[in-house]
Amino acid sequence: MTTFLGLPSVGQAPARSSPGVGHLQGSESFPTAARRALGDTQLRSNIGRATTTIRGKRARVVGEVPDWEELREAGRTLKAATMSRLPELLAQLEEQVTAQGGTVHWARDAAEANAIVTALVQATGASEVVKVKSMATQEIGLNEALEAAGIDAWETDLAELIVQLGHDLPSHILVPAIHRNRSEIREIFRREMPGLGTELPPDLTDEPRELAMTARRHLRRTFLRAQVAISGANFAVAETGTLSVVESEGNGRMCLTLPKTLITVMGIEKLVPTWQDLEVFLQLLPRSSTGERMNPYTSMWTGVTPGDGPQEFHLVLLDNGRTAVLADEVGREALHCIRCSACLNVCPVYERTGGHAYGSVYPGPIGAVLSPQLTGMTGDAVNDSLPYASSLCGACYDVCPVKIDIPSILVELRAQHVETAARASRLPTPEAAAMKAAAVAMTSPVRWRLAQRASRLGRLLARGSRTGTAGERRIRSLPPPLSAWTGTRDLPEPPAETFRERWAREGRA
Amino acid sequence: MTSLPQTAAREEVLARIRSALGSAPQAVEVTRGYRTAGEHPPGAPQLLDQLADRLVDYKAGVTRCTADELPAAVADVLARTAPQGRVLVPPGLPEPWTAGVDVLRDDGSTSTGTLDTVAGVVTACAVAVAETGTIVLDASPDQGRRALSLVPDLHLCVVRADQVVQTVPEAVSRLEATRPLTWISGPSATSDIELNRVEGVHGPRTLEVLLVTG
Repeated sequence: MTTFLGLPSVGQAPARSSPGVGHLQGSESFPTAARRALGDTQLRSNIGRATTTIRGKRARVVGEVPDWEELREAGRTLKAATMSRLPELLAQLEEQVTAQGGTVHWARDAAEANAIVTALVQATGASEVVKVKSMATQEIGLNEALEAAGIDAWETDLAELIVQLGHDLPSHILVPAIHRNRSEIREIFRREMPGLGTELPPDLTDEPRELAMTARRHLRRTFLRAQVAISGANFAVAETGTLSVVESEGNGRMCLTLPKTLITVMGIEKLVPTWQDLEVFLQLLPRSSTGERMNPYTSMWTGVTPGDGPQEFHLVLLDNGRTAVLADEVGREALHCIRCSACLNVCPVYERTGGHAYGSVYPGPIGAVLSPQLTGMTGDAVNDSLPYASSLCGACYDVCPVKIDIPSILVELRAQHVETAARASRLPTPEAAAMKAAAVAMTSPVRWRLAQRASRLGRLLARGSRTGTAGERRIRSLPPPLSAWTGTRDLPEPPAETFRERWAREGRA
Repeated sequence: MTSLPQTAAREEVLARIRSALGSAPQAVEVTRGYRTAGEHPPGAPQLLDQLADRLVDYKAGVTRCTADELPAAVADVLARTAPQGRVLVPPGLPEPWTAGVDVLRDDGSTSTGTLDTVAGVVTACAVAVAETGTIVLDASPDQGRRALSLVPDLHLCVVRADQVVQTVPEAVSRLEATRPLTWISGPSATSDIELNRVEGVHGPRTLEVLLVTG
C-alpha cells in the first residue's frame, strides 16, 4: 500500500532534482585557493589591469543609453516571467525546433548530456569537432568526455584556444584567458602550435595583433574541414524556435555555418518567451559584457535552412542542477543570469583573487551564488565557502543587466549554510556557540560587566602585534582559535576602561 | 534519438520544474518601459550620420553615394580594398551594382574552398541600426547564404537609407525570426589578449559599407 503525499510523480521516481555535476566545484575551499592566488603577483596585475579597462568601457557605453534602467527592469521581469512558465515554454521551443527540422534532446545531468552529444558525433562518423565558446559545455566537461571517446574537440575562441593549448582552466566568463599576459600567450603558442601542424615564424613577437593573426592561421584549416560543430546558446526563443549566439571573432559564425552537423547544448534557463524579447537582451548583453554598443557578430538560426548552414541540427536541453536552483524561492533569481560577466569586473574580491579560486566554471559574484546552488551545500562541501567570498558591497547588483540581487542571495545562502552545517554536525558551529555565549552574557547586567572587563584581556593577548597610535590601535593577530578571525582582519584593541567604568568615574567627579 | 530513455529524461526534467515552481507559480507581469522607437524616422540624415560614426568607430570603412553613383562607388571601393582577384556576389544582387567588375555569382554550389580564394563579396542587407552601428543580413537573394559573407576576407555591404532605423527594437520588428540572421557590427574582432582590441580575426578582416541616399 502506498500513501498519497500530494507530490507530483513520474512513473516510480519522485520529481526530485539531482545536484549538478561537472566543473562546478574545485578541490579546495575559496579561502585556501584565494590565499594562493593572492600570492601570484603576475595574476593580480593581469586581472587588475583587465578589469579596470573593461569597467571603464562598460560605464561609458551604458551611460549613453537613456532608457538603461527601463531595459534592466524589462530584462528582470522577462526572466522572472520565463521561469514561472518554464515547462510550457520549453515544450513550445521543442515543438518549434522540431517543426523547423531540428531534433531536441533532454539531459538530466552532465553525464547524460555528454553521452547524448558523444553518440550524435559518433553517428556522423567524425573524429573531430569544432567548438564555439560555451559555458554549458565547459560546465559538463564535454571536451574530456569527447576525448575519452577518441574525438578531438577544438576550441575556436581565441581565449579558449589559449586556455586549451595552455592545459589551463578558464578564469573569467567572457575573457577566459584574462589571467595570461601577451608574453605568456606567445610562449604557449610557441610550445603547442608546431605539434599541431602550424609552423610559427622564429621571430614571432608578443604583439596582440600578431598573436591573433597566428590564431587565425592555426584555426583556418580546421574550420574549412570540420564536419561537426558544437555550440552553446545565449538565447532561445520559445515562440519561434530561434537560437542565438553572440560573439566577436567570427569563430562562432564559422562553426554555426560551415559544418554539416550542428549540436547546441543549452541550459533550460536560457529561454525567452517571444521574438520581441530579444530586443531587450540584445541591448543589455553587449554593453554589459564587452563594453561595446554591439558585439561584432550575432548569429540567429531556426532549425535547419535548406541550402544554408548545417543540414542537421540537434538541441540538447540541460538540467544539471538548474531545477534544484529553481526550487529555492530566493536563490532562483541566479538562473536569470545572461553570462555577461559585468559582476566579475566590478567585484573587489574577484579583482584580487581571479577566477580560479572559485573552483567552478562560474566565478565571481554570480558564481558565488550559482555554483553552490547547482551542486548543493552539504555543510562541509568545498562550495559551501563560496557565499562568503564577498564583502557584500553591492556593486554586482548595480551593474547586473537583469538586476539579480546577488548580495541578498549571498546572505540567504550563508544562512542556509549555517543551518545545514548545524544539522550536519552534532557539535555546535562556531557561529552558534558565539551567539549563545553572547546571549548568556547580555541577559544579565552582572555577567555583562564581567564580560566587558574580560575583554581587556585582549590587550594582553595582543601585546607585540599592535599597530597605530593610542586610541585607534588595531590588533593584527591573536593566538588560536581567535587567529581564524584575525587571519584576514584587524581587530580594534579593547579600551583599557569599559564605558560603564568611565561613566561611574566621571559621573562621580 | 527519441528512444525511451530520452522520453524519460524529458518527462523527468519537466516534472522537476513543475515541482520546483510549486502548485501555483505566480504570474509575472513584464514591464516594457523602454523605447521601442527612436525620435528619428528611418533614413533620417541624423541616423545616417550616427550609423557612419559608429561603423567608423568599429574600424569599418564608410562611403556615401547616390543610387546613380552606386555602380561607380562599388567599383571604386573594390579597386581600393580588393585590387586583385574575383569578387563574389549572391544570386539576387542587382546586376547593375557590379557593372564592370569581374564577378562570380553564387548559385548555391560554390565550395567553401572557392569562397576562401575570392577577393571579396558584395551584398545588400535587410536592416541597419544607427545607435549600435549594426547591419543585419537575413539571407535574402541579394545577400545570399551565410557562408558568402563569412569566408571571403572583404565584405562590401550596400545599405539603403530607408533601411536605417534608430533603435534595436525597430530592427527586431522588421526582421523575420525564422530566416538565418547575421547581425554585423564592424569587422570581426578580439579583445582576448590583455583586452587589446584587434580587428579582423576569423570573419572578414575588412568591412566596407556603402550608404546609398536618394
